[in-house]
Amino acid sequence: MNRVGVVVFPGSNCEYDAVLAMETLGTTAELVWHSVTDLSGYDGIILPGGFAHGDYLRPGALARFSPVMDAVRSFANDGGPVLGICNGFQVLTEAGLLPGALQKNIGLTFLCQPTTLVVTSQRSVLTSGAQIDQELVVPINHFSGSYTCDDETYQGLRDNDQIVLRYKSNPNGSRDDIAGIANERGNVVGLMPHPERAMSTLLGSADGRVLLESFVAAHVAA
Amino acid sequence: MNYFVIVDVTLREGIADPEGATIERALPALGFSGVSDVKAGKSFRMSIDAESEEAALAKASALAERLLSNPVIEDAAARLGEKASS
Repeated sequence: MNRVGVVVFPGSNCEYDAVLAMETLGTTAELVWHSVTDLSGYDGIILPGGFAHGDYLRPGALARFSPVMDAVRSFANDGGPVLGICNGFQVLTEAGLLPGALQKNIGLTFLCQPTTLVVTSQRSVLTSGAQIDQELVVPINHFSGSYTCDDETYQGLRDNDQIVLRYKSNPNGSRDDIAGIANERGNVVGLMPHPERAMSTLLGSADGRVLLESFVAAHVAA
Repeated sequence: MNYFVIVDVTLREGIADPEGATIERALPALGFSGVSDVKAGKSFRMSIDAESEEAALAKASALAERLLSNPVIEDAAARLGEKASS
């Protein structure tokens, strides 16, 4: 992956962390304003964390109508790797690019803490380089991170091996401890934890690297 | 005609409602007993130009489905209301 686009909505606030993480892994990353409608020239797209459009109405509810989202949809449909982190995950579910929804945390607490994740599927652009059952310490930083979906959707996620990361100890009430999921094809992934903030042991953990290295190594499907 | 419409957005049956549960748990401490099934939701109020009541409600339902609610977890219902005098 040579060139990654990091989408910036009004209210995004983790875009520079995402760019820095990509550059740390030796790839080029550029900020892409949400009014952009052409994503050709990018090999991967990241929707970063933050509060797109102020999280008004619901997290991601307004961002899904940003002009860039049609381009993200086309990019994803063409097999391009798309990663939604935290608010980016919320945007992807609202946009229908990933199933289910993120609800307010159980206990209505804003959670900002390291969590231990367990890799449960390698069938995604984020986890292809990680080992099944590998434990990764990655921080979470969210109020609406409780993953929910109906039974049919949940069964589909399980049958297709789309649950890629689970919490070892469920912090927010997510169904089946789900921390991250992929679409059926595995090229679109969303997760609530922040791998881009776990890039250096000096800052607490470097466990996000294996995830983002997988993403950077992903190729646009032919 | 101009119609005043209220859209209620509530969590679908079976979807966890941490906000409603927290409110319900707080009530006994304030001396309110015998209150159960507390559900949190949102309501939106708007004026809509339309040919008829039905058309106004249909428009409200359509925009509620598209924007105001997330059909994955929420139901939306539109009803006619009285505009508070200002």
